[in-house]
Amino acid sequence: MKLTLRVWRQKNANARGRFVTYEAKNITPDMSFLEMLDVVNEELIGRGEEPIAFEHDCREGICGSCGFMIDGVAHGPKRASTVCQLHMRSFRDGDSLTIEPWRAKAFPVIKDLIVDRSAFDRIIQAGGFISVPTGSAPDANAILVPKENAELAFDAAACIGCGACVAACPNASAMLFTAAKVSHLHLLPQGQPERYDRARNIVATMDKEEFGGCTNIGECEAVCPKEIRLHFIALMNRDLIRASVRDWKVGRRAAGM
Amino acid sequence: MGATDMDVETRVSGTVVDPVHGRLDARIPPGPIDKKWERHRFDMKLVSPANRRNCTILVVGSGLAGSAAAASLGELGYNVKCFSYHDSPRRAHSIAAQGGINAAKNYRNDGDSVFRLFYDTVKGGDFRAREANVYRLAELSVNIIDQCVAQGVPFAREYGGLLDNRSFGGAQVSRTFYARGQTGQQLLLGAYQALERQVGLGTVTMQTRMEMLDLVVVEGRARGIVTRDLVTGAIESHVGDAVVLATGGYVNVFYLSTNAKASNATAIWRAHKRGAFFGNPCFTQIHPTCIPVSGDHQSKLTLMSESLRNDGRVWVPKKAGDTRAPDQIPPNERDYYLERKYPTYGNLAPRDIASRAAKEVCDDNRGVGPGGRGVYLDFTDAIKRFGESAIRERYGNLFDMYERISGENAYRVPMRMYPAAHYVMGGLWVDYNLMSTIPGLFVGGEANFSDHGANRLGASALMQGLADGYFILPYTIADYIGRTRPDKVDEGHPAFRAVEEEVLGRITRLLDVKGKRTVDSFHRELGRIMWDDCGMARDDAGLRRALEKIPELRAEFWKSVRVLEGSEEVNQSLEKAGRVADFLELGELICIDALHRTESCGGHFRKESQTPDGEALRDDEHFAYVAAWEYTGTLARPNLHKELLHFEYVHLTQRSYK
Ligand SMILES: Cc1cc2nc3c(=O)[nH]c(=O)nc-3n(C[C@H](O)[C@H](O)[C@H](O)COP(=O)(O)OP(=O)(O)OC[C@H]3O[C@@H](n4cnc5c(N)ncnc54)[C@H](O)[C@@H]3O)c2cc1C
Ligand code: FES
Repeated sequence: MKLTLRVWRQKNANARGRFVTYEAKNITPDMSFLEMLDVVNEELIGRGEEPIAFEHDCREGICGSCGFMIDGVAHGPKRASTVCQLHMRSFRDGDSLTIEPWRAKAFPVIKDLIVDRSAFDRIIQAGGFISVPTGSAPDANAILVPKENAELAFDAAACIGCGACVAACPNASAMLFTAAKVSHLHLLPQGQPERYDRARNIVATMDKEEFGGCTNIGECEAVCPKEIRLHFIALMNRDLIRASVRDWKVGRRAAGM
Repeated sequence: MGATDMDVETRVSGTVVDPVHGRLDARIPPGPIDKKWERHRFDMKLVSPANRRNCTILVVGSGLAGSAAAASLGELGYNVKCFSYHDSPRRAHSIAAQGGINAAKNYRNDGDSVFRLFYDTVKGGDFRAREANVYRLAELSVNIIDQCVAQGVPFAREYGGLLDNRSFGGAQVSRTFYARGQTGQQLLLGAYQALERQVGLGTVTMQTRMEMLDLVVVEGRARGIVTRDLVTGAIESHVGDAVVLATGGYVNVFYLSTNAKASNATAIWRAHKRGAFFGNPCFTQIHPTCIPVSGDHQSKLTLMSESLRNDGRVWVPKKAGDTRAPDQIPPNERDYYLERKYPTYGNLAPRDIASRAAKEVCDDNRGVGPGGRGVYLDFTDAIKRFGESAIRERYGNLFDMYERISGENAYRVPMRMYPAAHYVMGGLWVDYNLMSTIPGLFVGGEANFSDHGANRLGASALMQGLADGYFILPYTIADYIGRTRPDKVDEGHPAFRAVEEEVLGRITRLLDVKGKRTVDSFHRELGRIMWDDCGMARDDAGLRRALEKIPELRAEFWKSVRVLEGSEEVNQSLEKAGRVADFLELGELICIDALHRTESCGGHFRKESQTPDGEALRDDEHFAYVAAWEYTGTLARPNLHKELLHFEYVHLTQRSYK
């Protein structure tokens, strides 16, 4: 196969980027998309040109490192797949593709297709955990979890933190990512004590990191490689409302009302 | 048979240091095995809560072992700095583990116990692990599950709400806890969240996109590291009172492996060159069920969880060169070779045995698929028995992954599998406290030579990484700090300046070669040498061949590698070049170790040492030791130190899985 690639090249965070066109030659359908880029890069290095920088590691769709837009779609045309799990058999000989990084204010470009997603870590720092220091846990089977809750919690916990949801959202909202973490913990008995504080703090951090608001468009769900459902956003919103009602009650009590 | 030692001494190596006068002290506490850890915990020094904040601990790596250690040390109040070359701790290679994690909970009432897990692990490792460490690992396994459940790890559950278990990797009890096919992901997210909580509280400083390029030793003690900022290229020094390396395994020395692309040996290799002995470098594990190589462009191999062997049957055609489609081959013309050779364990035979058996049938020209390097893993019978939906429920995500990569539907046609390099049992030598031969340098997780002997059983690496991180290092580091009270040094110390200079010098050298070949082309070539001559079956001639080729390739690398300019920004070829340069050195040590160990044990199979029916034949009289190699300044002549292994609780027997 032979393809034409229009790739976003940007030297560093401060430089101006632009599209550059490359030919991808000697591509076979059983290559993964990233292996196709490997081939292009080997050739670029051979010519003394800088290879295209992109992030990747596991190449199995689980680490969440990889990700960029292919023709405007996060992770490309295959549903429920990351770019590392996308194979060239999904394309046709002679195709022209545009490849660019996630675009979001909260994810500044570092180089070419690499963006800075550390805002996600800061969201987790704000409450994406259960406070249980090492050594303080009860026997594992002392906590019973109904199977269906465990399964649902898992569906939310399957998020790989790749950022496709943010990239696909016209508002660059991180609602799906955040709701997945909040829901994972809220669906388990262990997550109950910190439930409302968590929802409040985590959402406040999301806003502070300059992610946009959610207007229920659903583009995020459509590109999520792990098929995280929009329902989790509803679940989180319910907790947020309860948290604010609770805050209001606590405030009234404190004011002696 | 002194001849072996002679060979080593005269032909491939430096001095053999005899164990009695050697420098190795494993510091195994006295007393009965089930009381050692408890007593030791009492005997160890503590650091008072008020003093902890004044102690800085550098943790390199934030996979399971590193995240768990950094979070736990932060909770205790130490000043922790944690480093990772990833953009977030959540990306560490631990995320990819699929199958599960062992623990001796005996929730199934099927006869499991701490002692049985200990026994299985020592035996599974083919008697090349330290009994005291393995026992402690089995004891701590129970606490790990408690900790992870409390963190919210969504393990599989039964309808009554209790935790589910499965049997895994040849175990005869059900002791494996799992979270669908993503156990590593969920355990890592648990540890990552505990770590980020500490970052939020200010006890841990997390430095992402920061690669350790060297270790700094001051007056014989590990006192810091030198890093390169992968975004700005800045070279920086960091000082600590103790350094922990939890930097994962080095199986990417084979180029094609199941590990993440960036997994590398640089941190431990640099530490080795600064004085840390390297334990059993040749103990590598080849995993039997991976998707076969499809072409030259292949960048990595994908593992299919071993749990598939619970229901899939492994076979090849009986006739050599049979190219019929699998459904055209009648049952009596198929060779279910694992069931035939190992009637008791059948398809669940341990990894090393299953891998070797696959290689043998393919060497007989009975392999299947393009290139003939593959065997079938067939679910037809299981689907007939349990129905397709039951199989889908058990393995749906694995079947999807297989289809995504191979383009084949495994509910209809058997999967094709071939062994691939997967894990290293070898790593930096550590004592019972997980401290290397450099005082103050601790090593945890896959990076140490650890508890798995010559072969790791399934679902026990996650267990070991978390035991090291949550429950061992926080105690033993305190003991070290409590005993030694290291003096103050700062980044201005000449030792730090000197190491920074060396690091910069190496980067400049790489950029200055300006040759013609890409880094990847060297890595591929090294991988091919290692796989062909130091892979699943090794022999004297092959290893000697590899020992000639590797130094040549290394010389060629330094003459003609091409790394593009730009040391002050993201430069992925520069990152790779440094890692491959280190692999080119480590590969040689692996082959030296493999050459000196003329016995077969676990994953290390020497063709010269086998039973009449082709099974691995150990030589306990000469090789019941850990080979700990000391760097002498000349790669080809490391010194060999032996830590003799004593088996008091599990009797040395020839493993049999018949
Ligand atoms: C596909 C696959 C499936 C597996 N399945 C199982 C299973 O089912 N059960 C089981 O028990 N085991 C399994 N294993 C093995 C297990 O996953 C690993 O052995 C284990 O996770 C290693 O953890 P670690 O913390 O030691 O290292 P890693 O998770 O590899 O972490 C290494 C860390 O070190 C950092 N690092 C490395 N070098 C440097 C440096 N120079 N500077 C800065 N940072 C550095 C990295 O950024 C990373 O954070 C599997 C392995 C693979 C490949
Ligand atoms: S490289 Fe890990 S998800 Fe794609």
